[in-house]
Amino acid sequence: MAVSIRTDGEAAGLAPFSNRNTTGASWDQPILLRLVSIALFAGIWEVAGRIPVSFAFPTFSDTVVAFFGLLADGSLATAYIPTLQPLVLGVVLSAFLGVGLGTICGLWRTGEWLLIPMFIVLQAAPVAAFIPMVTFVYGIGMTAKTLAVMILALPVIVLNTYKAVRNVNESLLVMCRSFMGTRWQTVAKIILPDASPVIFAGLRLGVAAGFVGVVLAELLIIPTGIGDLITFHRSRADYAEMYATIASIIALSTLTLVFLQWVEVRVFRPESRGA
Amino acid sequence: MGATALRNGPSPVPAPIDSIVEVRGISKTYGNVEALRGIDLDFPRGKLTSLLGPSGCGKTTLLKIIAGLIRADGGTVAINGKRVSAPGPERAFVFQDFALMPWATVTRNVAFGLELRGTSKAEREEIARRYIAEVGLAGFEDKYPHELSGGMRQRVGLARALSVDADVLLLDEPFSAVDEQNRRKFQEDLIRLRTNQNKTFIFVTHSIEEAVYISDRIVLLSPRPGRVSQIIEPEIDRSGDPERIHRDRHYLDTVDEIWQGLKQYVE
Repeated sequence: MAVSIRTDGEAAGLAPFSNRNTTGASWDQPILLRLVSIALFAGIWEVAGRIPVSFAFPTFSDTVVAFFGLLADGSLATAYIPTLQPLVLGVVLSAFLGVGLGTICGLWRTGEWLLIPMFIVLQAAPVAAFIPMVTFVYGIGMTAKTLAVMILALPVIVLNTYKAVRNVNESLLVMCRSFMGTRWQTVAKIILPDASPVIFAGLRLGVAAGFVGVVLAELLIIPTGIGDLITFHRSRADYAEMYATIASIIALSTLTLVFLQWVEVRVFRPESRGA
Repeated sequence: MGATALRNGPSPVPAPIDSIVEVRGISKTYGNVEALRGIDLDFPRGKLTSLLGPSGCGKTTLLKIIAGLIRADGGTVAINGKRVSAPGPERAFVFQDFALMPWATVTRNVAFGLELRGTSKAEREEIARRYIAEVGLAGFEDKYPHELSGGMRQRVGLARALSVDADVLLLDEPFSAVDEQNRRKFQEDLIRLRTNQNKTFIFVTHSIEEAVYISDRIVLLSPRPGRVSQIIEPEIDRSGDPERIHRDRHYLDTVDEIWQGLKQYVE
């Protein structure tokens, strides 16, 4: 069981890729273990669907069939267009705005006093409750969905970046100063690279929250895209299709997080690549 | 006993003719702890001077004031006759905790001082390669700090300080986080390096043996408040086998003399 937990964590981008503390032949095959983990999960799902746990709970195989059905008739692709646009826009805006604001707050006392309390409140608040309000102000469209993504994604990105910048390694700052680094060089060459693991942890949480935001908005108020496809299949009792749709967005979210980790290791922290 | 000799103040060592670093009346207080009081010191060009003393004598504070990393409450520091109060290109610092960027390779870490000065990538990597070889790390250019031992990491720190071609190297207990075997090897290498590189070294240590082993000049500081209590110039021939120094009669006598002097500050 420990095996599947560990590999799940890695697939979701929550654990580092390295397998330093592992021993023995099978432990050196992370890909094999990940496949075993997925197979185990699918197997349990299949059994649970066959019992059945609930008449509204399809088997794994039915869901896979339904997934390819949705792909073939184009309804999945059609549904993803209105979902992905605000999602990508909201996540990209949150990432740049969040890292920018977080860095400013970490470096500049006044900015910290002005902004951080607001983001702490926003992070603590059940912000999903704001989604109806956002819809009320901006109508049911792209703007409202983008804002829904941003109010969920932005606080965690800002706060993580702020904390990472604030807790930067003091001795590296002194080192940079001793070699006459300018303020700008210190930020670009020491503070941001040193903070990047925590910033990226925030980005991963923020991106995941962005997915929550867009699906919530579509389920709650703005019946378009993926959220609408879920609602539609539920209303018709096409449970296999409904689960296939849900599984597809979970898979997409997971792949996005894995990609983000890949970028982090590739670009920012090459030393943590492998071991 | 030996302690009496110490209370007589600085020993009558003649003032050096050519001093590169001049410290005049430096004082520093942290809260209500007086770390340094009225420090006057000259550091002769091309020599290795150690600042030695028990913990709390302000030796690291003094080194960081010379480096321009800490501001003194009073007094002045002059390098080559010019007053300084901030880090400058004529000084380079080697840190006790190495202060290496974990995300950068050995080459980039060593070239970092030059990178900050805007030296072109090709040129600074060429210079870095030379100093990496100089400190005995050839073959490790593309490794990351976590792949190196403590001793090797400090060699990277030393190479980084050498590569900016400063006149004065300031070393803050560089071997305190390095294991004993590596420290011995590193000390021998430092003696060799000193004869090759025509530089002035200011070296902070709390190890009497280390100070006597490598120094041309030892400044003994006494604690609370930090003051210069004695200046010693061990006359040890370092030209031959560095292993032999440990058995040198004068080396052993000097270590003992310093220990007798410092004993009174250890409870």
